[in-house]
Amino acid sequence: MTEPLYYFIQQLLNGLTVGSTYALIAIGYTMVYGIIGMINFAHGEVYMIGSYIAFIVLAALALLGLDSLALMLIGAFAISMIVTSAYGFSIERVAYRPLRGGNRLIPLISAIGMSIFLQNVVRLAQGSRDIAMPSLITGGWSIGPEEGFHATLSYMQLVIFIVTFITMTALTLFISRSRMGRACRACAEDIKMTNLLGINTNNVIALTFVIGAALAAVAGVLLSLYYGVINPYIGFMAGLKAFTAAVLGGIGSIPGAVLGGLLLGVTEAITAGYFSTEYKDVVAFSLLILILLFRPTGILGRPEVEKV
Amino acid sequence: MKRLHFKAALLSLAVVVALTGLLLGVRLEQQGTSLSLSGATPDVLWKMAGAGLFIFLFNLLRDWIDAARGRLPALPGVPGGISQLSELVAVRRLFWCFVIAAAIVFPFFANRGAIDLATLVLIYVMLGLGLNIVVGLAGLLDLGYVGFYAVGAYSYALLAMYFQVGFWTGLVAAGALAALFGFLLGFPVLRLRGDYLAIVTLGFGEIIRILLNNMTWLTNGPNGIGGIDKPTLFGLEFNRRAAEGAQTFHEFFGIAFNTNHRVMFLYLLALALVLATLFVINRLLRMPLGRAWEAMREDEIACRALGLNPTHIKLTAFTIGATFAGFAGCFFAARQGFISPESFTFIESAIILAIVVLGGMGSQLGVILAAIVMTVLPELAREFNEYRMLLFGLLMVVMMIWRPQGLLPMKRPHLELRT
Repeated sequence: MTEPLYYFIQQLLNGLTVGSTYALIAIGYTMVYGIIGMINFAHGEVYMIGSYIAFIVLAALALLGLDSLALMLIGAFAISMIVTSAYGFSIERVAYRPLRGGNRLIPLISAIGMSIFLQNVVRLAQGSRDIAMPSLITGGWSIGPEEGFHATLSYMQLVIFIVTFITMTALTLFISRSRMGRACRACAEDIKMTNLLGINTNNVIALTFVIGAALAAVAGVLLSLYYGVINPYIGFMAGLKAFTAAVLGGIGSIPGAVLGGLLLGVTEAITAGYFSTEYKDVVAFSLLILILLFRPTGILGRPEVEKV
Repeated sequence: MKRLHFKAALLSLAVVVALTGLLLGVRLEQQGTSLSLSGATPDVLWKMAGAGLFIFLFNLLRDWIDAARGRLPALPGVPGGISQLSELVAVRRLFWCFVIAAAIVFPFFANRGAIDLATLVLIYVMLGLGLNIVVGLAGLLDLGYVGFYAVGAYSYALLAMYFQVGFWTGLVAAGALAALFGFLLGFPVLRLRGDYLAIVTLGFGEIIRILLNNMTWLTNGPNGIGGIDKPTLFGLEFNRRAAEGAQTFHEFFGIAFNTNHRVMFLYLLALALVLATLFVINRLLRMPLGRAWEAMREDEIACRALGLNPTHIKLTAFTIGATFAGFAGCFFAARQGFISPESFTFIESAIILAIVVLGGMGSQLGVILAAIVMTVLPELAREFNEYRMLLFGLLMVVMMIWRPQGLLPMKRPHLELRT
């Protein structure tokens, strides 16, 4: 009788889990877009690199015999965020800064090149095969009757929710309270004016790339632990999904990215749960096309005024 | 004032260490279910140290490097006489005639491998020219071009499999179906701004690939479709023995059977398709439509103010571009005799885009040269094959920074307002 209900709850939980990591990646897209109006195509690769660093750190800690769970998690998050920050910084320096102010398609093409380059660096350095890791965090709570069909909230999912929540709160506080955050918001309003007011906008732009990359690393660590398998090609799809999420919520808006990510995750999980797993990507992209058709500004986005 | 930039140099050194240290310095190894690590070879470590040192010194001595760069003499330009000569219509015509004649006689003197490679180049030329309409002329960044290529290839393969349709009918059908897909996709998305369009087309390309992979009942899924019929010359087959009710090429002309005939025929067919593509595009460029494409690329708002309908104009570019991809796809399917969704990944789109970008957006000669470079170089440098995609990504970045207009940018007589 209640079986369909628990099945639905399970899909919802799975969707929210994946969706919150999409949201983390989507924030990177949305912040960069909000400030310089460009799509950071290499962002998905940053996420992939974050996953690889997490696996390397976890393996290294395990080899050293430091296997306390808290230490491993903190180590993976910290080092992965530091490394991807360096990647975000360099991507901006190499593929975006020299091209600012020209035709909009040019940085996009250079970012595609960057994305292919990074993917192949990892492929050559780490091999193209899948790398799997046994799950660190096992077990979970069951929701519903112990016997028979019930939904499960695994501890891993709980960790994902908690970490995402903490990260989002920290980001919101940073953007709304700190001096640099205020500068970021000012840049999103009017970058030339901000420059005139004595703020080094180059630093602000670099900072947005770094923050986006660090958030992508958080998502990378979480998702690679959740799925337990990584390869050099995961960044492409994840980047595409996160971009969809950012557009869905309204690109340029941070709450929009979160909302879009969750919505996309749930849509995908429900498609996978009720129809078929193969078509979940098709549904995600069709959703993107539909949104752009009927509400190009996304759910929370502001309409853009075209200026000559 | 020249000074040493110690802080910047140390910072960039730290960034290089962070970039390479873990990702390149350590390698993950799968051992059963658990993971272990192995250090990189000394070779890689030396390279990493070299990169770090280079960046450090570059930033440290930046002022001197900038000064030295300023003192470098400018590269000598093309002498005035030659560039004036190349402007002459007669000279240009002669040049093209020469190129075409060389392309036609080429297969009679080359060996089989070279002809095969040249056919592949021609497929990429066709794709590059098609995408050039969309990206170079109309200024719409299409990252899902390979989707239309796949539509063309699969249309012919499926029609041949289920309805025993021949190549020539298939060619028309493939072009028409790809055009239809282009039209249907373009209709909703072309109202979008440039970068949105890029991502939507990318998503579309992926959708096509996923559908081809999963509609096993129709497309045979990842196993692909094999045994696709080769093209015929007015019904003459290029086999040793003719099928029921058909005649073979060598019997008809009374010459000895030679497997090279088919390779040569395929090459000439591809050449004919490329020439037809070039002809059509050059005619279109002189029509109001072609001029509208370029005008739209330069300034959309001005175009709208002049009463041009941007959606219609973009839609025609998109549809015509897709049609050529459909033709190329059909030819590809016929040449390979086997297709699977593997051949139509995003990387393929990126390669075609790189051909257009490298050649100089909008420039047709540039696209042709770039297609030759991009296809022949990897064949020549087989030992670098592993690094092919790496270099390719790097090339795209470097080209955009160094020469965003491409190697041979399109030249147009134009006047510029000085402000």
